[in-house]
Amino acid sequence: MILNIFTDIHNLLLGLMSAKAVHITELVLIGVAYLGIFAVLGLFLVWLERRVAGFFQLRLGPNRVGPSGLFQTIADALKLVSKELTGTVKADKQLYKIAPYFVITTALMAMALIPFSQEIQAFDINIGVFFLISVSSIGVLGIFLAGWSSNNKYSLIGGMRTGIQMISYELSVGMAVVTMVVLAGTLQISEIVELQKSGWFIFTGHIPAIIAFMIFMIAGTAESNRVPFDLVEAESELGAGFHTEYSGMRFAYYFLAEFVNMFIIASIAVVLFFGGWLSPFGITDAIPFAGLFWFTVKVIAVIFIFMWFRWTFPRFRIDQLLTLEWKYLLPINMVNIVLMALMVWLGLTF
Amino acid sequence: MSYFSDIINGTKSLLIGMRITGKYFFVNFLTRKDVITEQYPDNLETLNMFDRYRGEVTMYHNENNEHRCDACTLCEKACPNGSIEIISDKELNPETGKNVRYIVKHIYHLEMCTMCGLCIEACPQDAIQWGQNFHHVQYDRGKLTKVLNKPGSKIMIKTKEKK
Amino acid sequence: MEEFLTDRLKTQEYFLNMGPQHPATHGVLMLLLKLDGEIIQNVELDLGYIHRSIEKMCERDTYKQIIHLTDRLDYLSSHMNNEAVCLLVEDALNIEVADRIKVIRTMMSELSRISSHVLWWGVMGMDIGALTTFMYGFREREMINDIFEETCGARLTMNYNVIGGVRYDLHENFAKRVKDFITHFRKKLPEYDKLLSNNIIFQKRLEGIGYISKEDAVAYGLNGPTARGSGVSCDVRKIHPYSAYDRVEFEEILFPEGDSYARYRVRIREMWESLSILEQLVDKIPEGEHRVKTKAVIKLPEGDFLQRVESARGDFGVYVKSDGQKFPYRLKFRSPGFANLTALNKMAKGLKIADLVAILSTIDIVVPDIDR
Repeated sequence: MILNIFTDIHNLLLGLMSAKAVHITELVLIGVAYLGIFAVLGLFLVWLERRVAGFFQLRLGPNRVGPSGLFQTIADALKLVSKELTGTVKADKQLYKIAPYFVITTALMAMALIPFSQEIQAFDINIGVFFLISVSSIGVLGIFLAGWSSNNKYSLIGGMRTGIQMISYELSVGMAVVTMVVLAGTLQISEIVELQKSGWFIFTGHIPAIIAFMIFMIAGTAESNRVPFDLVEAESELGAGFHTEYSGMRFAYYFLAEFVNMFIIASIAVVLFFGGWLSPFGITDAIPFAGLFWFTVKVIAVIFIFMWFRWTFPRFRIDQLLTLEWKYLLPINMVNIVLMALMVWLGLTF
Repeated sequence: MSYFSDIINGTKSLLIGMRITGKYFFVNFLTRKDVITEQYPDNLETLNMFDRYRGEVTMYHNENNEHRCDACTLCEKACPNGSIEIISDKELNPETGKNVRYIVKHIYHLEMCTMCGLCIEACPQDAIQWGQNFHHVQYDRGKLTKVLNKPGSKIMIKTKEKK
Repeated sequence: MEEFLTDRLKTQEYFLNMGPQHPATHGVLMLLLKLDGEIIQNVELDLGYIHRSIEKMCERDTYKQIIHLTDRLDYLSSHMNNEAVCLLVEDALNIEVADRIKVIRTMMSELSRISSHVLWWGVMGMDIGALTTFMYGFREREMINDIFEETCGARLTMNYNVIGGVRYDLHENFAKRVKDFITHFRKKLPEYDKLLSNNIIFQKRLEGIGYISKEDAVAYGLNGPTARGSGVSCDVRKIHPYSAYDRVEFEEILFPEGDSYARYRVRIREMWESLSILEQLVDKIPEGEHRVKTKAVIKLPEGDFLQRVESARGDFGVYVKSDGQKFPYRLKFRSPGFANLTALNKMAKGLKIADLVAILSTIDIVVPDIDR
């Protein structure tokens, strides 16, 4: 059904212009659509975070603007747009201005691969998971640049911490993903999801898959710079960390990108462990759009766990962060990959 | 072996913490029972301050627009911040033929007041007392300077009327 | 090779102005840090950003007026500060206060102590990064604030003590509210432990951090829970019992470890002790007057006077030199936070910025108390 709409639009455009122009127009249209999704998603997640935080903290959270305060973040975004863009005098101006776009662009690129449902996926390549992981780690460069170019010592410390965190936790995310790729035997996202029709990987892979999921959640939290790994911002230590000197919309880019990154990490988790858009036991296979529904529900459930972490745990110190990665997560991860390979080899998976 | 027991104990301690916050989340999400914040401007009607709440200094006036202040300036002297200024004048009392001091303006600077309560303790006539109003927000600092005796008010004839 | 590296890769120590506007400095404290990367080489304190010359203001105020200024020193233990001035004047003038007044003062002090520690606990969590603890702490603090507001008329700057007693008699709901609070808090305190004290990340952040030995603690003049975390017995309530502290049973909490986690546990245990003090007193408030009549103008005899009380942060002292007038000739507050803060450099040297924040939290500073 949804495919019909897309074909209709395609035919309509073909009637208007040449095939090449149609191709370019469609790319632009998809890009604009994803920008829209990006903004709405970011604003929604910010609202969700604040609301959930409210309930965790015996408060109500935003509840004035719109139903349940849903439009609060839109109001905040409007306020941020209208604010002056300030910066330090001695900042490295070029880098300072470019830095937010690194974060935004990479987040958008990663969004292209996310399978919202069977039909809605902009870019389904055969190295999908690999692409997703590599692109989402470029975004950290934006944070690093922001810390460097702001010419502020707090920002610099924040930026340096990002570098350390990026090098360490990329490994864990990658290896947790590799563990699941061993089970799946493919990197293409649509195929990974299709393979799970007989059972989600977290069940078929049982013990190594559960370990991989736990490691992925920990490392994913670190990747998206959230508590307990928010050393980059660490408001009680560094003020605001890397975005201390950013204001207005440039700050909002970072803020939105942080939440979209969390969404991306959650999506990868859902695709790899919980069967993407598939419904549990295939109960709603016949209903159109059900894939979108199940995908959203699963992603929000994973995001909720991230939020639960954030509103419960204290922050690590930088050396403890490294200890956790190099002494605990990495060895466990390596053993886990071997275990998974053995399981697949011996056919012990369901 | 402490390597693995560390992992297990650590994870357990984290999960116990998550159970505490999770419990509050679900209670609040479903019933809003544990929400402790006040929904401030909404509950203005039902918001009652305690009787002893020290919001501002007020002067008691009865229904005839009469107060008990006889401009003795004890409150002005008791105030550590100079929040009270008393402007008084003398007037010939036709009945007794004596000059009697009466109050023209009892000026109260709310912006300087620390709500220490010494003026109210010092007042021998119980002319000033605590008000429970806490809405002191103004856009103009000058509006915080108040004249406590109402315009046209007179001193009460001493009939031992209690407040 | 090594020469080449040291030539090319020069590292440099740098200075970082932490504060006066910084979330972890609890107000307007400024720390000048000398850093090597993230490692602290030296901490220099720069005080005076909210100096209000309260001691000088006291010299132009009568003894009655001084009391309300002490609210503004350490605003979290304002009741104890008031009490110190009142006890000093009462001692100097030989005013004998009734048992009821003593018990009321003790109960209010202990409530203040709990409310101060509860706030500290919430802020401690926030400094370490667990933002939720703040609201949980405030839930209990709100109950205490309601007790204060009902009886004293204000929530923070109560100004409840007057020379020769307390300003108002206890409200009729007081005992009931305190009992409610005790049952509530007995249920919630174990939750504090589960949420924060036993948390592995929290423990690792505090254990062995900010160590100060018993000898150094004495040498730096540390006091209150900060010193008791190093095993120094310094509770004024035990050494020089005042008010009703001689008739209640409580334990002076001592932890010999001397690190941040020891200081943390001292405060948590102190809340239990304060609860037990409240429990002992709440049913045994003697009847009687809440206030002794004093002269309208209070003049202290010539001489030096000193009164110490145990505030939530430690040993709070008032020293008055009187020349027989109604104003003190010289008045000095000995604030616990100032002495505790001086040891910061000793504690934080060689650690990281994150540790400095944790140490500042466990010292439990209130900047108006330090700057006065």
